[in-house]
Amino acid sequence: MSVTTLPSHGVALRQPGWIARLLDYKPFLIVMCLAPAIGLLTVFLTYPLGLGVWLAFTDTTIGQRGIFIGLENFQYLLKDPLWWNAVFYSIFYTGIATIGKFALGFWLALLLNNHFPLKSLLRAIVLLPWIVPTVLSALAFWWIYDPQFSIISYLLVDVLHIRSTNIDFLGSPWPARFSLIAANIWRGIPFVAISLLAGLQTISPSLYEAAMLDGATAWQRFRYITLPMMMPILAIVMTFSIIFTFTDFQLVYAITRGGPVNSTHLLATLAFQRGIAGGELGEGAAIAVSMIPFLVFATLFSYFGLARRKWQQGEAND
Amino acid sequence: MTDVAASPGNSNVASATPDTMSWDSRARRMMMIYLPLSCFVLILLFPFYWMAITSFKPNAELLNYKEHNPFWISSPTLAHIKHLLFNTAYPTWLKTTMFVAIGSTFLSLFASTLAAYAIERLRFRGSPYVGLGIYLAYLVPPSILFIPLATVIVQFGLFDSPMALILVYPTFLVPFCTWLLIGYFKSIPYELEECALVDGATRLQILRRITLPLAVPGLISAGIFSFTLSWNEFIYALAFIQSGANKTVPVAILTELVTGDVYQWGALMAGSLLGSLPVALFYSLFVDYYVSSLTGAVKE
Repeated sequence: MSVTTLPSHGVALRQPGWIARLLDYKPFLIVMCLAPAIGLLTVFLTYPLGLGVWLAFTDTTIGQRGIFIGLENFQYLLKDPLWWNAVFYSIFYTGIATIGKFALGFWLALLLNNHFPLKSLLRAIVLLPWIVPTVLSALAFWWIYDPQFSIISYLLVDVLHIRSTNIDFLGSPWPARFSLIAANIWRGIPFVAISLLAGLQTISPSLYEAAMLDGATAWQRFRYITLPMMMPILAIVMTFSIIFTFTDFQLVYAITRGGPVNSTHLLATLAFQRGIAGGELGEGAAIAVSMIPFLVFATLFSYFGLARRKWQQGEAND
Repeated sequence: MTDVAASPGNSNVASATPDTMSWDSRARRMMMIYLPLSCFVLILLFPFYWMAITSFKPNAELLNYKEHNPFWISSPTLAHIKHLLFNTAYPTWLKTTMFVAIGSTFLSLFASTLAAYAIERLRFRGSPYVGLGIYLAYLVPPSILFIPLATVIVQFGLFDSPMALILVYPTFLVPFCTWLLIGYFKSIPYELEECALVDGATRLQILRRITLPLAVPGLISAGIFSFTLSWNEFIYALAFIQSGANKTVPVAILTELVTGDVYQWGALMAGSLLGSLPVALFYSLFVDYYVSSLTGAVKE
């Protein structure tokens, strides 16, 4: 390792200029190094976040500065069946999709953790749904869910003869809701699987060997070794997954745009419809802001509900 | 793990798959591993297959399942791709997307490398909190921010300009890259820098000549992540860009190509396929970095 230091040797010979010396003053250097990142995040993240909360209390529309109207936007939302519908579907969508993603993703991770030929190629292939732009794969799903030419309907009707009519995936509320959830699960599996696979690989095989000697069954080994050891990583991945599923936008916007009859609006798509498309910036911001309590709750729940194990096992919190 | 892996012919591969330890039985392994795995691969890849096959099908075959097997193409055609490239603004969209993705990737890499270096190596009071703050920024979802950001963009006179996207994308790229690069810097022995300090090198020289070259794998994976994430981004591009020429591929396909009641599925799928290819290609070139850094990032 120490051999790699050699190229730096010549560096010392050059006399640093005054800029270099200023940059060698540690506090100045720290500020300079942090400035671009903190600057970008302040201007385009922290400030808009605050502005968004402020907008939620105003009646701003596109092209017109709003005035402070207090809680009026929120009072209006509480009486708005569409908002309630979006709250319901956002929770439903997040709940079912998270369960699906984690059940299937965990299973896939366990499968990928075996030894077999072409393992790394397979891992690469499995990640594809996660790599490809969501909207573009959502379009593929839209086509797969086509009322007349759906390939799933074709399989069920003409090949397997299970049904006699095509399924109208996106034409009525419940089928549309589940169709979107299926697409979301499909997209989420790879990330969950690869992340959990990383976790599985950190579990020492000797634990399993010891359990085998004690005569533990496969299920017991999973229940009492794999699962507890995976809890910290499950907590992190699930927190991420819940946040990004709850605030999802692309998939719904690409496939149903909230229809049919507004049944598949998530809070994010409703906020877009009211705020940007409809021009009611204040109301849109209020809808967006109304996501925050749910997010905080879901995050705390998933993180602390699952991560508890971490300090119980005596590991340092990082 | 290693001692087990050293005996291949044996199906008792213990690493975390204890259920195969007991009685051998190829059939059991088949049922428990290969069968479900094939189902997963089939389902995960099917939409891409469907996308690809639709792109090359003539319209007659596309909408006629009775006479043509929908899973295959009897007379492949390039008509959809030709239509896309010559009758629509697709090449412009591709160019814009590329420009935005590359621009925001470089900006984010620049900002996050410096930030990660400061947090991990310059070590000051409060550096863990700055790190935590940047990390928390990743948890603020774009769908909460896009409305106020739209007004900020208008204030800056950047509405409808790709520059807006280049400046805004770092809000989700910088936290991610910083997080990833902090991990990378951590793995570089600090002694190397100390030696250089003793030799009289300045901090910037150390960063440029020692730390950065050693962090190249980390920079590459952060770059790939940024590139794919910016290529992927949708909601900001949808909200901030109005004119057709400045749209990115995902937005343009959805807003410009989806017209009327009869969807041109061939062209739509061709557009999706072509829009996915750069990311998929880019990713396949660096897939090892990608998977290892993803797993590495999660292990952290």
